Amino acid sequence: MFLDNDFRLKAGLAEQLKGGVIMDVTDADQARIAQDAGAVAVMALERVPADIRKDGGVARMASIRKIRDIMATVSIPVMAKARIGHFAEAMVLQALKVDYIDESEVLTPADEEHHIDKRAFPTPFVCGARNLGEALRRIAEGAAMIRTKGEAGSGDVVEAVRHMRAIREQIRQLTVTERNALSTCAKNLQAPLELVEWVAKEGRLPVPNFSAGGIATPADASLVMSLGAEAVFVGSGIFKSEDPSRRAKAIVKATTFFSDPDKLLEACEDLGEPMQGLDVSKLDESELLQTRGW
Amino acid sequence: MRVGVLSLQGDFEAHSRRLSDLGAEAVEVRYGHQLEEIGGLVLPGGESTTNLILMEEERLWEPLQRFVGQRPVLGTCAGAILLARDVSNPSQPSLGAIAMSIERNAYGRQADSSIRTVEPEREFTERTRGGPLEAVFIRAPIIRSVDPGVTVLLRDGPDPILVEQGRHLAATFHAELTTDTRLHELFLDKVGRG
Repeated sequence: MFLDNDFRLKAGLAEQLKGGVIMDVTDADQARIAQDAGAVAVMALERVPADIRKDGGVARMASIRKIRDIMATVSIPVMAKARIGHFAEAMVLQALKVDYIDESEVLTPADEEHHIDKRAFPTPFVCGARNLGEALRRIAEGAAMIRTKGEAGSGDVVEAVRHMRAIREQIRQLTVTERNALSTCAKNLQAPLELVEWVAKEGRLPVPNFSAGGIATPADASLVMSLGAEAVFVGSGIFKSEDPSRRAKAIVKATTFFSDPDKLLEACEDLGEPMQGLDVSKLDESELLQTRGW
Repeated sequence: MRVGVLSLQGDFEAHSRRLSDLGAEAVEVRYGHQLEEIGGLVLPGGESTTNLILMEEERLWEPLQRFVGQRPVLGTCAGAILLARDVSNPSQPSLGAIAMSIERNAYGRQADSSIRTVEPEREFTERTRGGPLEAVFIRAPIIRSVDPGVTVLLRDGPDPILVEQGRHLAATFHAELTTDTRLHELFLDKVGRG
């Protein structure tokens, strides 16, 4: 059964992050700013997604020294990214004792066919998904947290919204499907029947479902939380904006008070300029990060 | 019985679900005025730094301090840190409702998180039921010392993991992530008695 003690501990940490904001940081100073603004965790990486897009080249796991610096600086959990399928990078991150590993489409994939067998690692993993089938395949491989892929580094929330709505709607459909038809659903979703049956019965994913990929403003955070996200990841949106500390605080506030218009207004005041952003519909297919992985 | 769960950040939904299952009316608390309408409050697990910042920003600190002087509070993990008198690793402000010293992330990082089974102290089983208790520790704190007047209800080896002082309870583990309802029953008992 997938809900064993090992899995419960991994998903248990994700439970503690609910209602919070996980922020991308590229050095210890940014990590401190994130923690002081109220981040529940930081994601250590070499470059934020917007810069990965701009600079091109191969994007890999962050340098060990950088991750160590960040771990030594903050008391909140530290996550780090490994390339899709790069289980050796994941082994390094596990030995380093990061709290969560993100098998991420933001980095250049190392394997176009295989994702990491995450059950083999005591360290919990988060993975991106665009729909329910993809989410359940990652959970079957051992992911203990799912985040929408959205379109990282774009500052355009449209893909995060599309993916969150897709997952929620597909879950809803399963809950009204007769038990004897679930096997066909599993076939269509390309996901294990055991997980499909669990979702049909419970009406939710067996792991926390967070949102990522294009969230740049407090209102964006409120939007995805209202659509059913249980926490948000903000990548380039904070440290590519004019006033990162203020924006980080505002996004934290908007995530907690996502359904309160007055608090949301307070969060949106005097923020300075947001990151510039890219209209995802104008991007070439080959520039999309979300199509990496399956 | 109306019981609040501080819902700024953390696993507040798991606590609300447990309280509802036990027949209480669970209220998600995000504003100071809501504290006037509840008989007890749960401070959930989560990140204590995040909760402190939001409590400060939203001016919840004073209403919460008043509340702990009047009504029962249960803190789990990050919530226990908020209830302690002294916090270390690093030191940070707290409500000081329980005369204990607590060390954050004292077992280490997530790699050192664990699920362990403990045998309850007699007082705990007398007030609830007997039998071993499954305790989920996630980046958990350790209670390093308690003053006289603080009762230890559960231990893991030498370390207290559930303590009581007056109307308040603090647990370093996550009872809300197991099927064992005894901790929340004990708390609702205290809320019922005011």
